[in-house]
Amino acid sequence: MFLITEAESIAPDVRRIVVEAPKIAKKHEAGQFVIVRVTPDGERIPLTIAESNTASGSITLFVQAIGRTTTLMSELEAGDYLEDVAGPLGRASDIKDYGTAVVVGGGLGTAIAYPIACALAEAGNRVVAIVGGRSREYVLLEDQLVTQGIEVIPCTDDGSYGREGFVTDALAEVIDAGDVGVVFAAGPVPMMSAVAEVTRPKSIETIASLNPIMVDGTGMCGGCRVEVGGETKFACVDGPEFDAHQVDFHLLQRRNTSYRAFEAERMRDLESLDAEHHEQLLADVRGACEPETVT
Amino acid sequence: MIKVPRRTLNKLDRVTMPEQDPLVRATNFVEVNTGLTPEQATVEAMRCLQCKTPTCIDGCPVNIQIDQFIERVANGDIRGAADVIRMDSLLPAICGRVCPQEAQCEGTCVLDKKNKPIAIGHLERYVADTIRRYGLEPPVEPADPSGKSVAIVGSGPAGLACAADLAKSGHKVTIFEALHQPGGVLVYGIPEFRLPKDIVASEIEGLKALGVEVETNAIIGRTTTVEELLSDEGYDAVFVGVGAGLPRFLNVNGENLIGVYSANEFLTRVNLMGAYREDAETPVLDLTGKRVVVFGGGNTAMDSARTPLRLGAEEVRVAYRRTEAEMPARVEEIHHAKEEGIVFDFLVSPVELLGNDDGWLAGVRLQRMELGEPDDSGRRRPVPVEGDIYDLPADVVIVAIGNAPNPLLPATESRLEQTRWGTLAVDESTGRTTMQGVFAGGDIVTGGATVILAMGAGRVAAASIERYLESGVWDETSESASV
Repeated sequence: MFLITEAESIAPDVRRIVVEAPKIAKKHEAGQFVIVRVTPDGERIPLTIAESNTASGSITLFVQAIGRTTTLMSELEAGDYLEDVAGPLGRASDIKDYGTAVVVGGGLGTAIAYPIACALAEAGNRVVAIVGGRSREYVLLEDQLVTQGIEVIPCTDDGSYGREGFVTDALAEVIDAGDVGVVFAAGPVPMMSAVAEVTRPKSIETIASLNPIMVDGTGMCGGCRVEVGGETKFACVDGPEFDAHQVDFHLLQRRNTSYRAFEAERMRDLESLDAEHHEQLLADVRGACEPETVT
Repeated sequence: MIKVPRRTLNKLDRVTMPEQDPLVRATNFVEVNTGLTPEQATVEAMRCLQCKTPTCIDGCPVNIQIDQFIERVANGDIRGAADVIRMDSLLPAICGRVCPQEAQCEGTCVLDKKNKPIAIGHLERYVADTIRRYGLEPPVEPADPSGKSVAIVGSGPAGLACAADLAKSGHKVTIFEALHQPGGVLVYGIPEFRLPKDIVASEIEGLKALGVEVETNAIIGRTTTVEELLSDEGYDAVFVGVGAGLPRFLNVNGENLIGVYSANEFLTRVNLMGAYREDAETPVLDLTGKRVVVFGGGNTAMDSARTPLRLGAEEVRVAYRRTEAEMPARVEEIHHAKEEGIVFDFLVSPVELLGNDDGWLAGVRLQRMELGEPDDSGRRRPVPVEGDIYDLPADVVIVAIGNAPNPLLPATESRLEQTRWGTLAVDESTGRTTMQGVFAGGDIVTGGATVILAMGAGRVAAASIERYLESGVWDETSESASV
């Protein structure tokens, strides 16, 4: 069991969770992920390590409540536990001085892009982060990025904040303005695919952090197969980052729908539970210290 | 013991293992074989000729004193039988179930010539289950602490066997397991209906009673490296038994269609993650009424074929490129699969996996084969029958053509030399790798093999680790040369 030391909501349905995992914190490099199981019978889900703190021996994860497991995880508070946390997994990002680096994050993808942006800034790059969200409250981590000396261009679909429109419009402008050495993209598959099409004509090195379905995360099952340059790769051990110009995004998008019916059904099951039975699902990972309640 | 004339015993047939009815068991995950009754076990044991030079022992990879344990079963001394087995095998409840006995002990039994070898595997299982059922395990006597500690990487059969021997000698043993549950292939690979998971769990509990610690979620190579185990964490030796966990695919078009699984993925979802249970959190594709094609001919292929039936599949076919005679699976598994209604297509090889417009699997294109000249393995090589290609409809394909060693650990330690097959290079008689203090055994050394061979390798390494811990000498050949 892994103790949660901090938990807070940073956007609707998005939680920041800090968990004690000293060995993982020590090894973590930008671009890597962990496999998490929330409860004793839970499924294994991959989550990017957003930050690690070797002094406190903890790692930071961001989770968006979109399915059953992520919904349950979002209900955990400081003092509760995660049943299992294994990692760090995957190859680290290729961090070096590219001159100007653009990091594009869409929705929760910004949490994946965040550690990469920080590492690029530390390596001496001028880093521009294009952060997209449906509306203002879904633009994640802007302050944290700014604190790292990163230029942030927020974009919203509805124009409620920053630029109105897609991240790709902003990206095209940044590219036009000057020498972009590399683009990192993390977010919904169509967004990553669109980013690759913006940079392809200009031959700008573009790296996408892929998010296929995984089970073990150690190369054992091959469930996370993706095609890159016509070759099959395992995203968990060969990635998760690949040359975006070579990735078959269409295949990735399709494979990610494999269990949509099951996922919807399990989510409905969860929603149909009354509060008491719902809470019982988390009984095993609830800590001794209950979240503070105002009486 | 009742004296029964030998001529009477000679007339008896080999015992038949009681099992669930094929039609019933094909719908549940309860163990297929229900185990010998005491009467059956006694009579079967009495059939043993008690040869002066028992050839069965030569057929056993760990040389269990088979004649002696069987003699004790015949005399009703089950505890004594267990003591005999325990001298050579630490996992009899598991090996009695999953060893390929027909190619080992039973294959070298002199009665095999009359087609009725003693059912050694069934008897081994009977002894182990009886001991477990009645709690007759000998009390654990913790050895005096040696002051030495050993890290075991991987909790499959090799690691468990190695850990047991070392713990009994008083060494502090910690097993590191990458997944969230220990047992390796015994829990993620072999299905409940062939090896109930409570048996594996009780073996692991037995190790814990010996003082062995198990750390899950520990991916050696990532969470901690082999080097760190020796330096920072202060282990005196490391045993690497991480298995062959990298699934091979067919390398044909359509392999990434939805509906195409590696056997590892399919079995892990069902066995380890419990996807067969109603309330499972981990999905597996809904197989109700579906057509499944399994590629391969080993035990994993049989498991991959029989599991979908239990999940409601309408039809399951095993496509194998050679004939039944060349299938590496245990005879009993093939027999059980047939009884349950699995269809076998021999001498076929996949050419392409066919999909629909939405990216889901729709069928397989097969090339008919015939047997040609023998290859390096001595088996006749299948060669294509020119122009004989046909399609089969399929909703799910499971690829069970073997695993390569997982490169995750070797890739993070350059001092661990690998062979050209990606396995770890070791001295076979000692399990010593090319890195001082690090030993290896099981599938990471041999490539995909059997539970009993992995267990045997774990024990060879344990003995070698003992010598190393005592002497501190790594290169034993130079040591003996200098004497």
